[in-house]
Amino acid sequence: MSGLPTLLYKEVLRFWKVSFQTVAAPVLTTLLYLLVFAHALAGRVEALPGVSYVQFLIPGLAMMSMLQNSFANSSSSLIQSKITGNIVFILLPPLSAAEIFLAYLGAAMVRGLVVGIGVFAATLWLVPLPVPNPLWVLAFGLAGCGMLGTMGIIAGIWSEKFDQLAAFQNFLVMPLTFLAGVFYSIHSLPPFWQAVSRLNPFFYVIDGFRYGFFGRSDMPPLQSLAFATAAFAALSWLTLRLLRRGYKLRH
Amino acid sequence: MLAVEVRGVEKRFGPVRALAGVSLEVPRGEFFGLLGPNGAGKTTLISALGGLVIPDAGCLAVMGHDVARDFRAARRAVGIVPQEIVFDPFFTVRETLEIQSGYFGLRANGAWIDELIERLGLVAKAHANMRSLSGGMKRRVMVAQALVHRPPVIVLDEPTAGVDVELRQALWSFVRGLNESGSTILLTTHYLEEAQQLCSRIAMMKDGRIVALDSTARLLADFSQRVLRVKLEGSELPASLAETATRDAAGAWRIPIADVAHVEEALRALRAAGVTVASLEVAEPELEEVFVKIMHREEVEPA
Repeated sequence: MSGLPTLLYKEVLRFWKVSFQTVAAPVLTTLLYLLVFAHALAGRVEALPGVSYVQFLIPGLAMMSMLQNSFANSSSSLIQSKITGNIVFILLPPLSAAEIFLAYLGAAMVRGLVVGIGVFAATLWLVPLPVPNPLWVLAFGLAGCGMLGTMGIIAGIWSEKFDQLAAFQNFLVMPLTFLAGVFYSIHSLPPFWQAVSRLNPFFYVIDGFRYGFFGRSDMPPLQSLAFATAAFAALSWLTLRLLRRGYKLRH
Repeated sequence: MLAVEVRGVEKRFGPVRALAGVSLEVPRGEFFGLLGPNGAGKTTLISALGGLVIPDAGCLAVMGHDVARDFRAARRAVGIVPQEIVFDPFFTVRETLEIQSGYFGLRANGAWIDELIERLGLVAKAHANMRSLSGGMKRRVMVAQALVHRPPVIVLDEPTAGVDVELRQALWSFVRGLNESGSTILLTTHYLEEAQQLCSRIAMMKDGRIVALDSTARLLADFSQRVLRVKLEGSELPASLAETATRDAAGAWRIPIADVAHVEEALRALRAAGVTVASLEVAEPELEEVFVKIMHREEVEPA
């Protein structure tokens, strides 16, 4: 039998044991964003016609925290194991690169989805939100969490210190999420920045995710899903290559 | 069948040549010692056996399974207790062992886990978080983790470094029991008396090479001998004995003796010289002496 289910279980248990920090805290942070931005900007901005700014904001904020938490899960687990040295307990058993990849990815996606569900559970009774296309919501939820879970594995493998991981998070993941149209529709941007936004893979996940709620988006959802899936696939291929070579894990 | 097979393994870490062509065979059921000063390459060799280090050249196999090509079978066949104390602070002792067991695909392994907990004296701590355990207790858990999949080959990398006497004795009787029931043991240690008592065969490493490899008895016979250890009070050793004798760090004379007749002779010489003997004992050959001689020989005439 494969060791994959156990590694997945262990990775889920790891964040679940500290769920105040890994689930409740990000849900609360997202609610604070929502309160502050909704208060400051409601009435002044209309991102999508016929959709209140608070409503517009919720899917974007939810996706933002799903992305960040998926990334945080795999990256922090790997860097902690590397720094404390207990990564040997994963490297010594007969686990293949693919099994290690799928377990870390799976746990990261579970955390991202749990946080997303938490955000919706906490906001829906404040601001009712229609979900006309739940399958799009699910598809983009999975693609986004998968993409960032995979990026988290790469960051965790590459980083040798917490400082390097923080740099990855603050100088790559944060700007990409903030500039992905969480707080605005990219149609409100000047043409140059619109074009730049289209190079950001996070934009497609957020835009497509929002389509699931409002039936409207900046890009056709199928095209967004294709871009997001392609980014996810490319990152997965890279991660598997790194794991197979034992890059920074097996010396 | 060989338990461990190492062929021409080389490994470089930047400018450092950690392994400079190591070949080694350990038959099944042996209690094998791997000795050498710090930085000799012992841990690198063990890590290569477990797939933690990927060699630049050469190959390694455990129970006939190549560690690279047939990594699953090779890793199932070996249990490695790493040198550094490491643990996952999120889990209890039992959870740690159940999880480790699961990594090997073993789900219904509770009975063996209970036995390991029992035999390693961890019953009282089974549900304690790993963080709350003392260093010695964490070491025991690491031994249990390495044995959770019942590997036929067990590798212990300096398991008694910084461990108290009680645990050390408990650990050795446990490991000896495993060896008697057929497991192959590969041990590295800096405690040479332990190696001398436990290991039937010994390899000594220096600068990434094996510089001596033989049965413990053979090494002792070749490089060490029985001596009469005499401590004198303020007087000199008679000239007839001083020729062959050496002086140890404690200031005692070590007079090589081949047999009982030789002892008689030495005692007679001491009496005749009228010296005052403070203490006197017959010291058996020691691995420490073998070790020092071999390491020194390597410095004088590097192979």
